Amino acid sequence: MTGKPEMSNARISIRGLRKAFGDHVVLKDISLQIEAGEVVALIGPSGSGKSTLLRCLNLLTVPDAGEITVGDFTLAFQGKSTHLPGERKLARFRAQTGMVFQHFNLFTHMTALQNVMEGPVTVLKTPRAQAEQQARALLQKVGLADRADYAPDKLSGGQKQRVAIARALAMQPSVMLFDEATSALDPELVGEVLSVIKALAREGMTMILVTHEIAFAREVADQVIFMRDGLVVEMGPPSQVIDNPQNDATRVFVGRFQASLVQAQASADPAT
Amino acid sequence: MTKPFFQVHRVPNRQGLGKLAQVLIGVCLLVGAVALIRKFGGSTSAGYVWDFQALWKYRSLLLSGLAYTLVFTVICIVLGLFVGLVTGLGRLSSNPLVVAPLRAYIELFRCTPVLVQLVWFYYALPVLTGIELSAVTAATLCLALYGGAFYSEIIRGGIISVDVGQVEAAKAIGMRPHQVMLRVVLPQAFKKMVPPLMNQSIMQLKNTSLLSVLAVPDLLYQGQVIAHEIYRPLETYTFIAIAYFAVLLPVTVWAKRLEFGDYDREA
Repeated sequence: MTGKPEMSNARISIRGLRKAFGDHVVLKDISLQIEAGEVVALIGPSGSGKSTLLRCLNLLTVPDAGEITVGDFTLAFQGKSTHLPGERKLARFRAQTGMVFQHFNLFTHMTALQNVMEGPVTVLKTPRAQAEQQARALLQKVGLADRADYAPDKLSGGQKQRVAIARALAMQPSVMLFDEATSALDPELVGEVLSVIKALAREGMTMILVTHEIAFAREVADQVIFMRDGLVVEMGPPSQVIDNPQNDATRVFVGRFQASLVQAQASADPAT
Repeated sequence: MTKPFFQVHRVPNRQGLGKLAQVLIGVCLLVGAVALIRKFGGSTSAGYVWDFQALWKYRSLLLSGLAYTLVFTVICIVLGLFVGLVTGLGRLSSNPLVVAPLRAYIELFRCTPVLVQLVWFYYALPVLTGIELSAVTAATLCLALYGGAFYSEIIRGGIISVDVGQVEAAKAIGMRPHQVMLRVVLPQAFKKMVPPLMNQSIMQLKNTSLLSVLAVPDLLYQGQVIAHEIYRPLETYTFIAIAYFAVLLPVTVWAKRLEFGDYDREA
């Protein structure tokens, strides 16, 4: 892993991805291409399958069928008969995607610094001193250098999420996945997390964001994907999907956001 | 049982030395109470004259009994923890062929009295298997398995109480299953397990008193021998009760402190 130079530019391709929980089909034949360096926002109503799609990308949820390629790593799934790749391979696949969770999931028995060091030390076998240096730099980057020795329960939600982002970045992933990273935050703490994500976007990190922050998606995303009932309904640049949706369902969904925007700022493009 | 005692010393200082002093005072009070009974015992309606000095002659016997009890406890706790860890982890398996027999073992040992188990191991097992077990072996095996059944549930409970999000986060940074367990799940689970494991270990010490049934020379067995010899069961058994108490009181106080130490940190 460490031998691969500049892996942060991998493309992702998803072909014919399906997932059902019991009788409930969550993903129906999803195919997507995401170019290196792209920021993709997944939007859609609750239960549309966007989080499941994201979790399939690092196999926290195992798809029933389809193919996933991240970088030069391809995994294929064929129904129940698929035997998962060995745990070693699975772990390596996961290590190249950085995941940020809605509820942060910081390791509660470790300090912020230890959280960020854990991946490099345990998984990549980075020497401690080097991992610590790198972790401190990452904490600095997310604006938390002075919180390195704090336990997670002494941090605010926004701070926790920024540590979680640093923890994911420490693995030098080729793509970052954000699963509603700001949904559990108090409104006044959302901004600090979004600005960290924005900074990553500027650096050219490939990112997939499941988000309810439509305004943020419009600002930061290169592509917006609108999902509904396990299908990709519409995909395109924000100027299309958010400002000028082609599909009725997208229009209804985005319309609610547009309506609130009209109240907030007169410059919004009113959707019918 | 130690609650009132506990409340007394929770209020003032939380320093280790202060607590130890409290424990010693507790023990002294008890010994003092016994001394009072002894002194004025003669004038009670029972008219019994206490004579603890009679026990002095048997001090080495009592000490060896106490040593037996303590060594036995340690062995049974260590073996029991090992059994408990293996079966507790095993029960987390998704394979029913692994889970079912472990479940059967746990329920079997949890739902029968230890005394019955001890007797069964000593008398019935050799008949069934043809393997002759010494009293000590039978007792060790039995108490280790008995304790293991309870430890197992404590360990399993501690592990499954760890938030799934922690496991997912660990997997997401590329940890392999054993790393997830060792680096993330067990350290968090262990904190929750400590108080119940301590309690169960205290039970283990008390359970060793049942060994006397198999003529293993533990503290109680030696006491029985002495009581028969000097015809002073009141003094002997009182002394034995105090000996158990003196060993366990500091341990329970320590266990409580561990428990409440955690509580403080989480608050």
